[in-house]
Amino acid sequence: MNAMERFRDEVGADGAVCVRGGGTRWTLGTSPYVEADEGPEVRVVTAPQGIQKHDPAEMTVMVGAGTALTDLAAALSLHGQEVALEGPPGSTVGGTLAVGHSSVRRPRIGAARDTLLQAECVGADGALFKAGGPTVKNVTGYDLCRLLVGSLGTLALLGRVILRTRPVPEQTIWMTGGVLPSDVLAACYRPAGVLWDGTSTFVRLEGYSSDVRDEAQSLALLGLSGVDGPPSLPMHRDRWRGTLPAGGVLEVSTGVLHRPDPALPAPVAPAVRALADRVRAGFDPGGRLNPGRDPYLVTA
Amino acid sequence: MAAETDRGTDLLVADLEAAIGSERVAVGGGARRLYSRDSSMIAGGRAGPVCFAESTDDVAACVRVATAHGRAFVARGAGTGLSGGAVPCNEPVVIVTTRMNRILEVDLDRRLAWVEPGVVNLDLTRHLAGSGLHFAPDPSSQQACTIGGNVANNAGGPHCLAYGVTSAHVVALEVVLPDGSVVVLGDELCDATGYDLRGVFVGSEGTFGIATRIAVRLTPDPPAVRTLLLDFMDIADAAETVSAIIAAGVVPAAMEMMDQGVVAAVEPFVGAGYPLDAAAVLIVELDGLPAGVSLEVDLVAEMGRAHGARTVRVAADEEERARIWKGRKNAFGAIAHIKPGYYLHDTVVPRTRLAEVVAEINEAVERLDLIVMHVFHAGDGNLHPLLVFDPREPGVMDRVAAAGEEIVRISLAAGGVLSGEHGIGLEKRRFMPMLFTPADLAAQLRLRRAFDTQGLANPLKILPTSASCGDVMGLGTVPEGVWT
Repeated sequence: MNAMERFRDEVGADGAVCVRGGGTRWTLGTSPYVEADEGPEVRVVTAPQGIQKHDPAEMTVMVGAGTALTDLAAALSLHGQEVALEGPPGSTVGGTLAVGHSSVRRPRIGAARDTLLQAECVGADGALFKAGGPTVKNVTGYDLCRLLVGSLGTLALLGRVILRTRPVPEQTIWMTGGVLPSDVLAACYRPAGVLWDGTSTFVRLEGYSSDVRDEAQSLALLGLSGVDGPPSLPMHRDRWRGTLPAGGVLEVSTGVLHRPDPALPAPVAPAVRALADRVRAGFDPGGRLNPGRDPYLVTA
Repeated sequence: MAAETDRGTDLLVADLEAAIGSERVAVGGGARRLYSRDSSMIAGGRAGPVCFAESTDDVAACVRVATAHGRAFVARGAGTGLSGGAVPCNEPVVIVTTRMNRILEVDLDRRLAWVEPGVVNLDLTRHLAGSGLHFAPDPSSQQACTIGGNVANNAGGPHCLAYGVTSAHVVALEVVLPDGSVVVLGDELCDATGYDLRGVFVGSEGTFGIATRIAVRLTPDPPAVRTLLLDFMDIADAAETVSAIIAAGVVPAAMEMMDQGVVAAVEPFVGAGYPLDAAAVLIVELDGLPAGVSLEVDLVAEMGRAHGARTVRVAADEEERARIWKGRKNAFGAIAHIKPGYYLHDTVVPRTRLAEVVAEINEAVERLDLIVMHVFHAGDGNLHPLLVFDPREPGVMDRVAAAGEEIVRISLAAGGVLSGEHGIGLEKRRFMPMLFTPADLAAQLRLRRAFDTQGLANPLKILPTSASCGDVMGLGTVPEGVWT
C-alpha cells in the first residue's frame, strides 16, 4: 500500500476528521466562540511527507502535502529553484496551501494559488481524486486547484501535490526610506515587494545583481538606503480598508494589511455566501472535513 | 409535440423581447445559423433566440427568462473559440456580449482596469498605449477575441510563459449566475475572503454563468526587450535548447517554435527572414531591465550554439523584431494557402519530451496519409499540431479525426494534458476519461452543480455525457485572423 492509500484509509469514509500540518495557524478560520476540531469526536490525520520528484527543466516538483516547507526549500535550492510558498517556521506544504496566504514577494513571484498545478486528495467520501494536471500550462476541465488553495481543508484533504517552481534570484536586497510607496513604484520596474508602515517605505529588489544594483542606485537618489530586511510584521492579517491602523504595515501592491490587533472579517454578499455554501455542501455533504473551520472567517 | 415546442419558443421570445426590447432579439434563420458555430470544427449546433445584450441587467434578464422557461443559455463573444465552447446545444438562448464593449475604468496608479466582456483583447492594450502598462494575455486571435472569451477559456498566448495565463490577470469579475443573481467574485486589490470562486470561474467556459464586468490587472511594459531567432537542422536540438534555457534559470518572456513545414508556408508571405532549409526555428524573447536582458541574450545564444543552433540572430531594432513576430503571428493565415482545410490542435506535454512527442505525432499522422506541421509555445510545452487537408477528398475527415485522437493519445502517454489554452468545449469532452478517473470527474461535476443547479448554463460542454451536440468534424476553414 502506498502513502496515498494509507492516507486515504486513515481519513476513511465517515466521522469528523481534521488534517494537521505544522499547526502554525491552527485557529485560522475558526470562530472565537467555538473550539474547532477539539474533542474526541474529531480525528486528527496527517498527510504524507517527502519529495517525490523535482524536475528542474520542467520547473515542477511533486511532494507530499505533509512535507515541511523548509525541507522542500532545501531540496529545491540544490538546483537553484524555489516555490512561491512561505509560512511561519514549522509550516508544511499542505498547510500553507490550505491557508492560501501569499508571500510579500507576490508581485514578483506570483500568488500561492498560482503555485498548485495538481493535487491528489481524499474527498469526504473517503475516495482519492485528482485535481489539475502535471504540466505548467493546463486548461483541461475545471480548475479545482484554485478552489482548494485557501479552502482550509473544508472541501478535500490534500495528500500529494505538484507545484510550480521558479529560479531563485541571483541577488536580493531590502531598502527603506521616508518616501511614499508610489514614488518607489514609479522608480523601479517590478519590485518584488513594497511595504508601507505609515512613515517609511520598504522595498525588496531581486534579480540579476546588475539589475538590482541599477535599481538600488535609482532608489538611493530618492533617499532610500539598504536595510537588513523588512520591518517585523505584526501578527494579524487584514485587508486594506483605506486607513493604516497604529502599528500596521501594508503590502502595497497586494492590499494585505498586517496589524497588531485582530480585525473582523469583511462582510460577504449573501449570494456569494450561498454559492460558497453550495460548493462546500457539494464536496462535503456531511460536514465531516475540518468542521468548525470557515474560510470566510479569515480576514485576508 | 412540435407545435408545443414552437408555442414554448414563442412565449420565450415574447418574454425576451419584453425584457430587453424586440429589436435586440433575433429569431430569424440568418442569425441562428450565424451563431450556430464558432471557429472550431464543430458543426450542427442549433441556436435558439439570439439576444444582443448591452448591460448587466440585459444579461441577467435574458438568463432569468431562459431558465424560467427551462431553456438553456450560452454566452457568446467574438466566436473565435476553437473547441466549440460557444456552439449552442439544446437550442439555447444565445446571449451575445459583443455590444458590451466599453472600457469602463482605467486606474493607472493601481494598475487596474474594469472592462465589459465584449472588449477586444488588443483594443485594451491599444487603449493603454503610452501609459507604460499593457494587458499581458496575448492569444494569437487577440485582434478579434474578446476579454469575456479570454475569461471563459482562461486564454493564453506566447507571453504567458513569463506572465501567466488569463487567470493570473483577472482580479475580480461581476457575474450573472445561472439563477440570474448578480455577484462580484474576487476583489480589486486583495484576494477575496473565502473560496477562490473567481479562480474557478475563469476557464469555466460559460458553464458557471456570464461575466458582465471584468477587473484586470495591468502589467508594466518592460524597460528592455530583445528578440532572438535561432535555427536548427534537427527539431530535437531546438527542443533541448528550450529545456536547457529553463534549467539554467532563465524564464524568457516567450519561447516559440515552428517546424520546417510552417516556415516554408510562412516565409514567402511574410519575409521574416526564417531560413527555409532549417528543421526548426525558435523565437526567444527576453525582457526586463537592460543589464539582465543583455546577460540573458548572451546566455540564450550560448545555450543555442551548444545545442547545435546553426545561426543565432538577435533582432537589431524594433522593425526586425516586429518582422520576426509577424511570421509567428500570421502562421495560420499562411497555412490556409497550402490546403483548403485545417484543424488546429492544442495539447501540453512536459517540455523535456517535446522532441519525441513531435516525432511520434509526425509518424502517426503520416501513417494516416495526412500532413501535419507544428507551431507552438515551446517554453511551456504547449503543442499546436496543425493538420492540413482538402475536405473535399473522400474519406479525409475520418482520417483527420483519427489523427486528432492519435495526437491526444501520444500527448497523454507522455504525461501531458488535453488542452493548454483552447479549452475542452465539445471538441475534447470525450477524451476527458482518458485523463481523469470517474472520481476526478465527479469532483468537477460537484463544482458545476454548485454554480448551475439546474444544468442550463452552456450544457453538454467540458464534462463527458451521453448526450450529443453537433458533429466534431464540421467542414470548412477557420476565418482569417482568428486562431490559437
